[in-house]
Amino acid sequence: MSQAHDILTSSAAGLVAAMEAGTWSCEQITRTHLDQIEALNPHVNSYLAVDAERALATARSIDARRAGGEKLGPLAGVPIAVKDLLCYAGLPTTAGSRILEGWMPPYDSTVVERLVAADLVILGKTNLDEFAMGSSTETSAYGTSRNPWDLDRVPGGSGGGSSSSVAAFMAPLAIGTDTGGSIRQPASVTGTVGVKPTYGGVSRYGIIAMASSLDQAGPCARTVEDAALLHEVIGGHDPRDSTSIDQPLPDVVAAARHGDVAGMRIGVVTELGGEGYAPGVEQRFTEAVALLREAGAEIVEVSCPHFVHAMAAYYLIMPAEVSSNLARFDAMRYGLRVGDDGENSTEDVMRASRGAGFGAEVKRRIMLGTYALSSGYYDAYYGSAQKVRTLIVRDFEAAFEACDVLISPSTPTTAFKIGERIDDPLAMYKADLCTIPSNLAGNASGSFPIGLAPEDGLPVGLQVMAPPMADDRVYRVGAAIERFLEQQWGRSMMAMAPRLEHSLLDDQGGN
Amino acid sequence: MAEVTTTAELMDYDEAMERFDPVLGLEVHVELNTASKMFCGCSTAFGADPNTQTCPVCLGLPGSLPVVNGTAVESAIRIGLALNCEVATWCRFSRKNYFYPDMPKDYQVSQYDEPICFDGHVDLEVNGDVFRIEIERVHMEEDAGKLVHQGGDTGRIHGADHSLVDYNRAGVPLMEIVTKPIRGLGTRAPEVGRAYMAHLRDLMVALGVSHARMEQGNLRCDANVSLMPKGSDELGTRTETKNVNSLRSVEGALRFEIQRQGALLAEGGRVVQETRHWHEEGWTSPGRSKETAEDYRYFPEPDLVPVAPSREWVEQLRASLPEPPASKRTRLQAEYGFTDLQMRDVLGNAGSLDLIEATVLAGSSAAAARKWWLGELARRANDAGVDLADLTITPQQVAAVQALVDEGSLNDKLARQVIEGVLAGEGEPAQVVADRGLAVVSDEGALSQAVDEAIAANPDVAERIREGKVQAAGALIGAVMKAMRGQADAARVRELILQKLS
Repeated sequence: MSQAHDILTSSAAGLVAAMEAGTWSCEQITRTHLDQIEALNPHVNSYLAVDAERALATARSIDARRAGGEKLGPLAGVPIAVKDLLCYAGLPTTAGSRILEGWMPPYDSTVVERLVAADLVILGKTNLDEFAMGSSTETSAYGTSRNPWDLDRVPGGSGGGSSSSVAAFMAPLAIGTDTGGSIRQPASVTGTVGVKPTYGGVSRYGIIAMASSLDQAGPCARTVEDAALLHEVIGGHDPRDSTSIDQPLPDVVAAARHGDVAGMRIGVVTELGGEGYAPGVEQRFTEAVALLREAGAEIVEVSCPHFVHAMAAYYLIMPAEVSSNLARFDAMRYGLRVGDDGENSTEDVMRASRGAGFGAEVKRRIMLGTYALSSGYYDAYYGSAQKVRTLIVRDFEAAFEACDVLISPSTPTTAFKIGERIDDPLAMYKADLCTIPSNLAGNASGSFPIGLAPEDGLPVGLQVMAPPMADDRVYRVGAAIERFLEQQWGRSMMAMAPRLEHSLLDDQGGN
Repeated sequence: MAEVTTTAELMDYDEAMERFDPVLGLEVHVELNTASKMFCGCSTAFGADPNTQTCPVCLGLPGSLPVVNGTAVESAIRIGLALNCEVATWCRFSRKNYFYPDMPKDYQVSQYDEPICFDGHVDLEVNGDVFRIEIERVHMEEDAGKLVHQGGDTGRIHGADHSLVDYNRAGVPLMEIVTKPIRGLGTRAPEVGRAYMAHLRDLMVALGVSHARMEQGNLRCDANVSLMPKGSDELGTRTETKNVNSLRSVEGALRFEIQRQGALLAEGGRVVQETRHWHEEGWTSPGRSKETAEDYRYFPEPDLVPVAPSREWVEQLRASLPEPPASKRTRLQAEYGFTDLQMRDVLGNAGSLDLIEATVLAGSSAAAARKWWLGELARRANDAGVDLADLTITPQQVAAVQALVDEGSLNDKLARQVIEGVLAGEGEPAQVVADRGLAVVSDEGALSQAVDEAIAANPDVAERIREGKVQAAGALIGAVMKAMRGQADAARVRELILQKLS
């Protein structure tokens, strides 16, 4: 058990070192994680599909190559979980929706291709809110994922499957996607690290689109260095994605290893705090700011006046793109088909299939977006929202003239209870209040754990925002705060996390 | 259900023209001849098995993303420049949203309010008069797949029991060329509409951007027509006749709609704004009427970055434009000394002017090149039911045959046999001559002997020639040519006969 414990709690970098030293084999590491998934997934529901056979075969081949003296990459042999929004041939891709149940993509997304090329071991596909629309995984057609810190609470969303798999030690790494906060908010409420790279920094090819101008894939991990190593594997130009940036990635790994904020100007965003923020969130955030100041950073207060309109603009632009991107799920070529009785017309079958296949939140957004793009309303809604978006970009530009990075809490509260917000869309949307501006502006942004809120003992996250293509600054600040806090606590954040394999098994044993 | 005739009342064309001024608007879709599709690497070749030229992108599979075909952008700019358009410094693609099974994504990537080229014009010469057609825009978009309706009588959706979709065509690059409203054509409107289509077809061929085969749908016209009462300035309600796919049809559809609308308006009726179908028998019928106007919810395509052609590139493309077809015609007619009548024959034979030009460039005289392409070769193309350009003989080969004629190695009859050989795939002209043993006999000994034999066999004829009746030589020449099995130079034979009998 202690060896399994060591494997499961190890960082990705630690696993690679152990494989290179011959301490553990890749097969052993993979098998240990598959066992952990078998034990915990029924309770946490992180994974929608587990690819045990292929993972073990890959692991054995990596062991053989390493034994043969081949020089492998910096994450070779590390198991990873992939959000079920990315196409990976050989496994179903559902996007958390009934409408795609059982659909087998015939091709790999670029991110998956790069994971495979870098010899990571893909364990399976993780749960998400339907088509990534939600902040809790409660809109998934395949059940809600649980927060390992408290199984009655949400693991965040949409990437709650990825965040909970990493937080429950069912994978050291995971891939997430972030349209309005779907990597950062789940990271925040599970005590893990999650980074939304600069828009265009990671290819979107093969990732089922929610809102094309906002979507971005990124790393989920338990340490800042691991996140940076994964970012480096998946990032960089891809000719198959026109919006991919044809420039070298900034050196995120070096930044994560030499986190040092001395001399940095760090801006605290006035508009991202105050009313509506949990006391424990504010307290931990204030302490983190103090730590950064002590470490030599210059802390300044910065106002981004248009951020207060970010949510409104987001809920016009995102649904508009959603309404178009999800049109293709029409039962003609793949996915669920309902009402094809030989009598119904094509339009009837499309209508019935979409009615049966999409959940309430997806329908809500399709309707909002269809309305926002309608003739006669376009200028008032979509057009105005794009103008607000430009103003938010300008707010960021002005702020980055004065500061190297901006910081805020990652989300206003700690993990909320399952069921608490599902009937109140506006309350649910507020979970993304702090994260949305960076999606609208396309800049780099990450969430890093900064301790537990005193009132509920649940994780709090610090959001670090940097200019486009300055992702390294996000890691620099994240690594610094990680180091200072570990020094203060004498252990890592995740060392404080409950070990479900013990508590759950004990509970079951007791019954 | 197939309708056989129109029930529409028609006004006499001349009467319609006395009472109304027609206003035209022509939207022409041009399928480009790029090797790959607009947004992916799939082939655009015509005639492949259904759904074999597809990939995740043109099938609209979840997660796939488009990438713009640079050659298509270049073609769009060249078309725009050839139509005297402005070229946008910055423009975007938009999504046109509508549900239809031939659209894999249920939206078409097109251009909406930011076309790549705009504000152009073209001057058409139609039987001596010049008409200026103003161009509103040239924009890029992707074609849809092709629906094949099964089980009905007509091949149309009505009455069919199921439909198949072929996505080979989905994503093929299309350019849409839209005119501004064309007024002031009067009675010439249908004729000018036809001339405009012919001009676009020739232009696309000259630019090399499209196969421009109207019968294959490479060029498709949507013809808008409305009528204004004479003396009025108010535009009437228009109809749009879709997919008019031949020059004759464009003229016919315009004429028919003018007559139909004229009759309606004269009776105090109202023209319904609608799309109409063209029937090759010469009439139009109402298309699917829409209870409400379709709302396509256009918005800028977020998966593509804007297209921003540099001015340097645009100027390079402008400098490399081919000569406009009309001025090329005028120039070549003058250079080749063709009469107007000869030129009309040339232009009446699609593609023949380019073939004649290439043949002349390969060394032939213009008269000989015209004779071959409009004579022997036109006849063979006609027999085979193919275009001249599709014959398996190149202008260079025709010029080589003519060179052999000019040097006396072939006579006309032998030259035709060489051409037959080339068309049959027997190789280059020289090869055919050698293999078939077709060279004119230039062995003076053999020729002289044959002439002597012919003279001896026809003493009467020989006597008449001796008496000065030179025209009688024809009978002896025929005899010699027969003896030589045609492989003699008739002019030389005649020379020898006259020499021997003088």
